Amino acid sequence: MSVRTLRINGIDVAVESGTSILAAAKQAGITIPTLCHLDGVSDVGACRLCLVEIQGSNKLLPACVTEVAEGMDIQTETPKLQEYRRMTVELLFSEGNHVCAVCVANGNCELQDMAIAVGMDHTRFPYRFPDRDLDVSHPQFGIDHNRCIFCTRCMRVCDEIEGAHVWDVAQRGAAVRMITGLNQPWGEVEACTSCGKCVEACPTGAIFRQGSTVAEMQRDRSTLEFLVTAREKKEWTR
Amino acid sequence: MDKIKLATIWLGGCSGCHMSFLDLDEWLFDLAAQVDLVFSPIADIKTYPEGVDICLVEGSIANEDNLELVRQARARTKVLISFGDCAVTANVPAMRNPLGSAKPVLERCYLELGDVQTQIPHEPGIVPPLLDRVRPVHELVPVDAYLPGCPPPADRIRTFLEMALRGEPLHLKGREMLKFG
Ligand code: SF4
Ligand code: SF4
Ligand code: SF4
Ligand code: FES
Repeated sequence: MSVRTLRINGIDVAVESGTSILAAAKQAGITIPTLCHLDGVSDVGACRLCLVEIQGSNKLLPACVTEVAEGMDIQTETPKLQEYRRMTVELLFSEGNHVCAVCVANGNCELQDMAIAVGMDHTRFPYRFPDRDLDVSHPQFGIDHNRCIFCTRCMRVCDEIEGAHVWDVAQRGAAVRMITGLNQPWGEVEACTSCGKCVEACPTGAIFRQGSTVAEMQRDRSTLEFLVTAREKKEWTR
Repeated sequence: MDKIKLATIWLGGCSGCHMSFLDLDEWLFDLAAQVDLVFSPIADIKTYPEGVDICLVEGSIANEDNLELVRQARARTKVLISFGDCAVTANVPAMRNPLGSAKPVLERCYLELGDVQTQIPHEPGIVPPLLDRVRPVHELVPVDAYLPGCPPPADRIRTFLEMALRGEPLHLKGREMLKFG
């Protein structure tokens, strides 16, 4: 095992080579904002909330998918980063249809939390108001595409932890959407075991349990944590 | 010194923000000691006056009357405040936007879902025509500060108004002061 030494916000850190900047920061007690990162599944760098500045580079790099290198000097909270982070959250709000007042996740939503954290009191970008639908063909769960931020956490958890690979990303650009099966109604996808892992993984009100009303969403992320620990450390009792 | 001239206007919203404002109960007496309410849906004043210091705008811009009133308010007010989620994000009224324009919305409501004598209302000068898209206030006129919430709870309105009356910067922070929904 080789060790890399670097600095994050002026703090000296020594971590195993191959560690992501996000994990290195965590070890140093520094929290970097994230939305698409989910402990226990692979990282994809989809949301860009975790951007950091690295001295000597004029690019902002996503901490979750950038590996540490010897001698890196990293900043995670500069005014520039804070400004871009706020813009990213504003773009997420203006891109979909987020009506928190009538959302099942109101008060229990990581996107909403992020808006509060970055101090967003309005969005400077024009709202798109896209025409998106909702699929409640599954007997227990539903997906409201209006609230989806394309973090792909549902897809990764279903593929990498449950092993069912029900979810995929279809189309691109403004037409992008999460699909189940081969773009079948979710209820018709035989591969779905109804395990509910995607429900626990979704950071917003996009995937929900049917029958939950406005502001009723409760997530139990500890279920996912338990499964990840169990798999990695072979500890199977809760 | 003259009292601060306060106005509140009600555009495309459910009036919940005004209800929440009235929830300030006895603090309204303290407020009344510091301001003159020069225009509001809770006062019988017909025209929006000149020289208003602070105006709270509830609601989104959904029809031609909303647009005219907000433009008037902007021209005659120093500090224009988007008051509540409908003003800040267009919120629930904007849930009609994905249908495309005013026409399919009116057809759906008045023709497809109507029971008897189905017709689309048309009374020029009385019923304001819908705009094709419901928009948040700041997309159509410049806004000076934002107070989100659906509705913002009374405590939050009070803290915000106290900041405004003291002339402090109106940037909200933290879940207590800054939350949509
Ligand atoms: S998903 Fe979150 S941000 Fe979007 S409408 Fe629901 S509560 Fe609001
Ligand atoms: S319920 Fe389980 S199997 Fe079905 S889509 Fe969600 S994660 Fe995949
Ligand atoms: S449905 Fe939820 S978990 Fe899946 S991509 Fe959309 S926001 Fe992310
Ligand atoms: S958490 Fe790194 S890009 Fe989303």
